[in-house]
Amino acid sequence: MAAKTLKINGTMISAREGESILEAARDSGVAIPTLCHLDGLSDVGACRLCIVDVGGRIRPACTTAVAEGMDIQTNTERLRTYRRQIVELLFAERGHVCAVCVASGHCELQDLAVSLGMDHVRYDYLAPTCTVDISHQRFGIDHNRCVLCTRCVRACDEVEGVHTWDVSGRGTSARIISDLNQPWGEAESCTSCGKCLLACPTGALFQRGSTVAEMEHASGRIALIVESRRVMR
Amino acid sequence: MSQRIIIDPVTRIEGHAKISIYLDDAGEVSDARFHVTEFRGFERFCEGRPFWEMPAITARICGICPISHLMASAKAGDGILAVDIPLAAEKLRRLMNLAQIVQSHALSFFHLSAPDLLLGFDSDPAQRNVFGLIAAAPDLARSGIRLRQFGQEIIEHLGGRKIHPAWAVPGGVRAGLSNASRMAIREKLPEALSTTRSAIGHFKTMLDKHRDEAVSFGSFDSLFLGLVGDDGSWEHYGGKMRVVDSTGAILEDHVEAARYQEIIGEAVEPWSYLKFPYYKPRGYPDGMYRVGPLARINVCRSFGTPQADDELIELRQRGGATIKASFLYHYARLVEILGSLERIAHLLNDPDLHSKRLRADAGVNRLESVGVSEAPRGTLIHHYHVDEHGLITRVNLIIATGQNNLAMNRTVAQIARRFVRGPKIAEGMLNRVEAGIRAFDPCLSCSTHAMGQMPLEISLFDADGTLLDTVAR
Repeated sequence: MAAKTLKINGTMISAREGESILEAARDSGVAIPTLCHLDGLSDVGACRLCIVDVGGRIRPACTTAVAEGMDIQTNTERLRTYRRQIVELLFAERGHVCAVCVASGHCELQDLAVSLGMDHVRYDYLAPTCTVDISHQRFGIDHNRCVLCTRCVRACDEVEGVHTWDVSGRGTSARIISDLNQPWGEAESCTSCGKCLLACPTGALFQRGSTVAEMEHASGRIALIVESRRVMR
Repeated sequence: MSQRIIIDPVTRIEGHAKISIYLDDAGEVSDARFHVTEFRGFERFCEGRPFWEMPAITARICGICPISHLMASAKAGDGILAVDIPLAAEKLRRLMNLAQIVQSHALSFFHLSAPDLLLGFDSDPAQRNVFGLIAAAPDLARSGIRLRQFGQEIIEHLGGRKIHPAWAVPGGVRAGLSNASRMAIREKLPEALSTTRSAIGHFKTMLDKHRDEAVSFGSFDSLFLGLVGDDGSWEHYGGKMRVVDSTGAILEDHVEAARYQEIIGEAVEPWSYLKFPYYKPRGYPDGMYRVGPLARINVCRSFGTPQADDELIELRQRGGATIKASFLYHYARLVEILGSLERIAHLLNDPDLHSKRLRADAGVNRLESVGVSEAPRGTLIHHYHVDEHGLITRVNLIIATGQNNLAMNRTVAQIARRFVRGPKIAEGMLNRVEAGIRAFDPCLSCSTHAMGQMPLEISLFDADGTLLDTVAR
């Protein structure tokens, strides 16, 4: 596999051909914020938090492959502004209330808001009516806390191989659904493996009975499962 | 010409309220009303939430007494699970609730009411606050602040934080008490007891000085409601509801939480966001009853701890077997701090607290449940309906302050009639009206504005709405 030579934040690095900018940056010790990316799952470029500046053009780092001679900036004022706006819009789109959320203190959205310096939301909250589905015997989903990253969809499809989860609707009406938009407890394809809970970055997917700040997702276990399978093959 | 005086906002209470005083043609007070001007909406927006989130959500009703909501809500949750929680969990919940009573009562007495009692109702309003108290009586103020801190620290030892710990949950509690925490609490107990004893001494001296206020601040016949233990002793967490009248006759006894609607009705008035609960058999508004420290002391036979029982005897000697004067809420509050500290000392020696079994696990086994506990300000009721999966479908909250609503209105009118004379108003007159409300330690929003220098504007209007006089501070 040919190596590519490129610059990240002024430093020359070499990367493998076909590798994403995100992977190349991380290999070189450069951190880029992400939300919909999860090690072990395919990338979809949905959240746009990993945007980088490639020669003056904005590109998602997770779905853009490295190319010879690229000049990449990962942390400019413009990028920081966009990232903060994205997180503010995520907060404005649903009913995120950290104070009473099961994932408070263990939430990637909350961590992003803190690290990006989001001290308030400048947009009007849409305050949509979102349901909570706790019809499953062990788990629940609260659409108020969902950011539509689709990590659960991909974990269910790519790792468990079941594809119970999918997305219905478009734009602000989009919702994660189980099977053919049935209550989770009636979704026959679900194996109750809990990988969607591991993958979820927020408190949207949780264990029944969880109270404030009790839900820890351990999302790193998805990559562990994928890697173990690869090694065993 | 009839007039209306408005006190807006009422200061040194927890929440937002105003008072209207109506004067008749002769300048005499004809009526007075205590309006609660804020709206929270918890009963509505909790619908659709899983019931196990309710303790933490409803704790957010209040920054002063989140523990009270945590307890009543967790108890309602225990009912939905249909479990008896582990013994250690119950004792730990009791420990936290006692700490809550200590810290909240200390706040009410030392931070909010002591400026009136110590500096005088007619003293300079610029000084009549906790800062003025620190200047005038630094030792008393400092020890009061430390007493509140002691209660808060127990809450932190148990729940990980002083305010809004999501610690009590349906089925039990999330964490136990470490040995280090137990030792730390024990070490500070003697100072807390000594502060309380000294405050009780101070109050008795003040009582003689404020004899006029003591008899006119909401002294009237009413019913009293509170929890009592099976043996009729003082309760704050378990027990059952009892209602007595002002002669001490027991009207209701052993009322289980689930039966609260048989004895309590709720009325609404267009001029206040606070509901008006009343004792159902007597109807509205005749079924006026009081809850809180004074009511708990009136409904119980004894405290069950030696020092508090001694004080209870003296309190009853001064106020009567069933105490009617709302001014003595302050006294009852201090005696409750004493009794709570004694119970905390007792609990710290309880070996059951070492148990690792703290949380019962169960599914949804009941679709309706009521949790009752005693908040510092009185009996607190959380009533939930859930669907088959455990999502809340209906919530009814009966807050202690609401239950005192009729009595607070009566108190305001009584004090206004005694102290307010038109057409010129002295600030001290109006402060007495506010102080009458402070005796109940109302928690209206459940966020504190413990500042004595909030803007207060009182306007005098005639019947046509023409401004006659304005007093501002």
